[in-house]
Amino acid sequence: MTTLKIPVGPNDHSEGPDNAPVTLVEYGDYQCPYCGEAYPIVKAIQKAFGKKLRFVFRNFPLGEMHPHAESAAETAEFAAANGKFWQMHDALYENQEQLGGPLYLELAGSLGLPAAALRKALEDGTYREKVRADFMGGVKSGVNGTPSFFINGHRHDASFDFETLSAAIEAAVGK
Amino acid sequence: MPGSQAPVSILPPGTAAPDFALHVTPDQTLSLRELRGKPVILAFYPADWSPVCGDQMALYNEILPEFHKFDATILGISVDGVWCHSAFARERKLHFPLLADFEPKGGVARQYGAYRQAEGICERALFVIDKNGTIAWSYCSPVAVNPGADGILEALESLPK
Repeated sequence: MTTLKIPVGPNDHSEGPDNAPVTLVEYGDYQCPYCGEAYPIVKAIQKAFGKKLRFVFRNFPLGEMHPHAESAAETAEFAAANGKFWQMHDALYENQEQLGGPLYLELAGSLGLPAAALRKALEDGTYREKVRADFMGGVKSGVNGTPSFFINGHRHDASFDFETLSAAIEAAVGK
Repeated sequence: MPGSQAPVSILPPGTAAPDFALHVTPDQTLSLRELRGKPVILAFYPADWSPVCGDQMALYNEILPEFHKFDATILGISVDGVWCHSAFARERKLHFPLLADFEPKGGVARQYGAYRQAEGICERALFVIDKNGTIAWSYCSPVAVNPGADGILEALESLPK
């Protein structure tokens, strides 16, 4: 069974209690349409499981196929460094069709983040290494496309529709 | 091609990798022998354009710098013809060669035990060949499952330096 090689740790972006019985890790790409489909499903899952679930998002940009995936991931990491990861993560998925420099600056502005600093971070590739580290950790864990989900460290190979994903999480809660 | 009997399973580690020369573009061929001295990754896959394969080749495309750290060359192989491969590679911006196992159809895949006779396509089979031309690792994935790259990277890491 394919398992998560990089344990969830303090460098991860997570929502939900650290001691939740289930941790759901997603490897995602902001420009991937399937990740866009998964986004509201994960929200619904988080709502349904409440404090029983911790959700972790890691970057897996397929940059050759999705030219904005890398810059979007770096923008989210910039927001994370300023304490606004999830707000940016959500806004990027909610505006997936408009990814690109102008959107990033607009979102930074609306989240109260310094636009000039974001522009510089993107130009300098300040967060490129962090994004690449997520990506390579994913490759070593057998991430084979996006989105890839791991439930308590085991890759979820079945569909990510709400019913299937929540049943798999429910089973993990019971273990 | 040695005989008409297709092997029932893919060639295991320790086997000498059968040499081949296949078209990589309409007027260029590439032989395995030319790559001797460096590790080679052979990725047999069923078809250009089918969604899972697309993701699989897209994934390898992103990981090329890691393969290059091991001095390894990756070659995709399917029974699609050169023109199909070139359109597919261009559309997906693939930066590694796709070889056409087109005539005789699946001839190389058969030698590696990676041909699905009934469907007339390659298995989704991976081989890591060491610098001496011996298969160091091989893996056949269920045809609908993208095998990812973790196995390839582990195999490359395990090669004697």
